[in-house]
Amino acid sequence: MSGKEYRTITDVKGPLVFLEKTEPVAYGEIVQLRLTDGSMKNGQVLDTSDDMVVVQVFEGTAGVDLGTGVKFMGDVFKLPVSKDLIGRILDGAGRPRDGGPAIVAEGEADIIGAAINPYSRQSPHDFIQTGISAIDCCTTLVRGQKLPIFSASGLPHNDIALQIARQAKLKDSDEEFIVVFCAMGITAEEYNFFRSDLERTGALENAVLFVNLADDPAVERLITPRLALTAAEYLAFEHDYHVLVVYTDVTNYCDALRQIGAAREEVPGRRGYPGYMYTDLAMLYERAGLVKGKKGSITQFPILTMPGDDITHPIPDLSGYITEGQIVISRELHGSGIYPPINVLPSLSRLMGGCIGEKTTRDDHKSVSDQMYAAYAQGRELRGLVAIVGEDALNERDKQLLDFSGLFEDKFLRQSRDEDRSIDETLDLCWDLMQNISTKYLVRLDQKYIDKYHPTEKK
Amino acid sequence: MSDEKGVIYRISGPVVTATGIRSRMYEVVRVGHEGLMGEVIELHGDKSVIQVYEDTSGIRPGEPVVRTGQTLSVQLGPGLLTQIYDGIQRPLPVLEKTMGTFIERGVDADGLDLEKEWDFEATVAVGDEVAPGTVIGTVQETETIVHKVMLPPNHSGKVASIESGSFNVTQTVCTLEDGTEIQMMQKWPVRTPRPYQQKYAPDTPLVTGMRILDFLFPLAKGGAAGIPGPFGSGKTVTQQSLAKYSDAQIVVYIGCGERGNEMTEVLDEFPHLIDPNTGKPLMNRTVMIANTSNMPVAAREASVYTGITIAEYFRDMGYDVALMADSTSRWAEAMREISSRLEEMPGEEGYPAYLSSRLAEFYERAGRVETLEGEDGSVTVIGAVSPPGGDISEPVSQGTLRIVKVFWGLDAGLARQRHFPAINWLSSYSLYPQSLDQWFRDNIASDFPEIRTEISSLLQVEAELQEIVQLVGSDALPVDQQLTLEVARMIREFFLQQNGFHEVDAYTGLEQQYKMAKAILTFQDSAKKSLAAGGQLEDVVNVPARTNLMRDRLEKGYLDRIDGLVDEMNKQIAAAAEEK
Ligand SMILES: Nc1ncnc2c1ncn2[C@@H]1O[C@H](COP(=O)(O)OP(=O)(O)OP(=O)(O)O)[C@@H](O)[C@H]1O
Ligand SMILES: [Mg+2]
Repeated sequence: MSGKEYRTITDVKGPLVFLEKTEPVAYGEIVQLRLTDGSMKNGQVLDTSDDMVVVQVFEGTAGVDLGTGVKFMGDVFKLPVSKDLIGRILDGAGRPRDGGPAIVAEGEADIIGAAINPYSRQSPHDFIQTGISAIDCCTTLVRGQKLPIFSASGLPHNDIALQIARQAKLKDSDEEFIVVFCAMGITAEEYNFFRSDLERTGALENAVLFVNLADDPAVERLITPRLALTAAEYLAFEHDYHVLVVYTDVTNYCDALRQIGAAREEVPGRRGYPGYMYTDLAMLYERAGLVKGKKGSITQFPILTMPGDDITHPIPDLSGYITEGQIVISRELHGSGIYPPINVLPSLSRLMGGCIGEKTTRDDHKSVSDQMYAAYAQGRELRGLVAIVGEDALNERDKQLLDFSGLFEDKFLRQSRDEDRSIDETLDLCWDLMQNISTKYLVRLDQKYIDKYHPTEKK
Repeated sequence: MSDEKGVIYRISGPVVTATGIRSRMYEVVRVGHEGLMGEVIELHGDKSVIQVYEDTSGIRPGEPVVRTGQTLSVQLGPGLLTQIYDGIQRPLPVLEKTMGTFIERGVDADGLDLEKEWDFEATVAVGDEVAPGTVIGTVQETETIVHKVMLPPNHSGKVASIESGSFNVTQTVCTLEDGTEIQMMQKWPVRTPRPYQQKYAPDTPLVTGMRILDFLFPLAKGGAAGIPGPFGSGKTVTQQSLAKYSDAQIVVYIGCGERGNEMTEVLDEFPHLIDPNTGKPLMNRTVMIANTSNMPVAAREASVYTGITIAEYFRDMGYDVALMADSTSRWAEAMREISSRLEEMPGEEGYPAYLSSRLAEFYERAGRVETLEGEDGSVTVIGAVSPPGGDISEPVSQGTLRIVKVFWGLDAGLARQRHFPAINWLSSYSLYPQSLDQWFRDNIASDFPEIRTEISSLLQVEAELQEIVQLVGSDALPVDQQLTLEVARMIREFFLQQNGFHEVDAYTGLEQQYKMAKAILTFQDSAKKSLAAGGQLEDVVNVPARTNLMRDRLEKGYLDRIDGLVDEMNKQIAAAAEEK
């Protein structure tokens, strides 16, 4: 569009470029910079007025000088969308990264994404079987949910995410998910791990990958998830796909956000993150769900690593305030050799209540899940006490609960990376383990389910 | 250039600066070629600073800004109930019709359906003197709610003509002798409280059906309560329970910067849920405002004002209105975001220095009043607070606690134990009991306040005993203290815990609450006697009738059976001593 190139840069600060006296530039407009050595960079307008324009440069400002040429492209950031995206690998700014041809667009979509009208939403209620007992039984995933993994560095969150991506299915249905994968600042090694797994299982042909790696421009990370979600919305709501969006690592995304905030000298919120981080994250997480009159859906599986394993850190904290629950990975369980090391106690699926039961999973699911949770919670607490007073001081009930907590971890949580348990298998396993506690202590179980399912006491 | 029309000078996110326009504070302006709605929030020489209620991407300096002469207002009249609005009172169903699934920008929509006709029944006659707030007629707005059409606050005189019949909200239903034409719809600026004659001290509880709230920490009709809690602790479930079961006549539910799906849930559920107080669908008495976390922040800032103005309007008809705002923290954050774009001097944690006065002004709009017409009406406000990391030493929690008289503190530890509602009984408080106790004595039981005191002191004693138990184990305690622990456990598990999703358990009337509390104290008395007569604690605690008493609260008809269950428990406990 507007072909004019300006050479009016006055200041360069962190990832930001300030320039004066331009024709009217739009808020959010896309910008191209031509450096004096001829190389190109891209950016976006963050602030615009008659006198001054502020541009955030995705690739960082290394090499930018006052002679750098700045061209305004006349439009906000758009992703060319097409069904052909499926099976492609793109970089963090949406350019092919797989050596393939440019995407032939069926249309263009603004990557900021308009909000779904709350009145147009449809409540998610379809049970997704992940084949992982801890999740299916205790923090059930629902199609259209946004359920993040709260992990920390060095823990196997990637394996879990991949296992879910491989195994996720609706019970008694062969409707498949397609995966939109979005990498934000992860290492090449991690990325290769994802990629080769998707390749191995053939899922890659049915996936779209947007990849910004650790050595790619940090500021670019701010647009990568928006591209991924724009593609997901297009595939879900224009082409009826059920899309599973896996994005990792939200922590890197938030750090890029903090970098921009600092360069603009904004008043920082907690731990230096911008005050608007809640809203910014919500504009990603809320792009999940189902809408009336459309067949497709978007289920989000964001992964974040908690700095210092601290769940009150602003990144997990603000995420938890937006998402519909969380799956918490435990360093302690990982240390004791348990995979998947999911700590069910702080984990939660807020949509679970509406999606489990006779019609969807099994009539005893809620009762079993409550009882497993309660017994494990009590057993875990007793471990602390035993460390002080010794096991002999425990009464019969407490002894049983203590032993149960070990079994819970060893038999229920633990499963192999390719073990795909059906919900029936998972619930039967629960009953099997609960045999180790006398029924008189299983107060959360409805008698009618004991009569129906208890291996030795059923009628 | 005329004063009515200027141009954009600067755009920074939701904040736009215009020049060449002589606007007034809080005036609504139209921004850019698309005419986006904005509100003037600061004046600087010839520059007007505007917060824009829609996304500003793609807008350029030099585009027009036009005055409207109006301040941000809501349309009030029949058609509010059962509706769901965004933060600036655009009906979401209308937006869906005009734009589809996603909310695009630049679309206007009236708050009320201007075409729909209502059966207006005049209640004054020609020649009657009418004054601001006088009810001139009524409309059966929903099955359960009669909408009272009131003279707007700035008019009075003698009725020259008035007619019953079918009218839409913009047609004149009444003329005054000075020629003023009155329609069913009136407008009111959202940032200005609606007038009333005087405020009264609250003296009636808002009955919520949640045992821990009504019994231990009651809220008065016309009072204000804060519910702070970390994520996942139960703020939304509690607010939704209040919207479902509290005995307000009108409910205004504001989803302010929270999840889209939670609003969908309300929309799905409320039309099918029956109001325990009227026996009719809950939707009939409900107005919803949904400005979710990903909708524009400036409209989020406005949403609480839109909501409270609608609440005041129904109060003026003489109704008891309850307003829930989930979450006020997101509102405060919207203020912070706008303020930082204005480059204002930040106060604590980046919030503007006026945060606490804004909070105070908002909660001040709660109250029980004598309306202009001399009726009794109230607005009760219940605000959720979402403190970062669950730590309430932050400015929004503190600013709220300085104003509200009821604090329902949600506790992450309790939520994690799945003790719901996860309201901490040791840190929560209500300053209303004194003004409400007479009501409880007169309407429920003459010793209601005393029973409450006994229950809460048992919980206090338990907390102290627990500290000892941590060190020496419970077996080391004398038997009477062990009994106290059992009684306290009964209070927690039988009385305080309440499943917000259980068909029967979710709502408990006051009479039943009282009987349940009494049953616990009765257990304590019988157990003491039995122990004195040689009974064993283990036997006394485990009598089957006590288990039945506790478990049966989940069954329908419990209120009729509870006395019988208590008698049976007493017998069995007494028998436990005789067996020795
Ligand atoms: N009274 C209750 N009865 C049963 N379950 C409850 C109750 N309160 C909360 N819960 C459980 O806790 C979960 C989280 O509650 P809720 O959504 O109200 O939290 P919140 O405090 O609003 O969190 P956020 O700040 O993230 O919005 C619910 O999905 C439900 O499983
Ligand atoms: Mg909530």
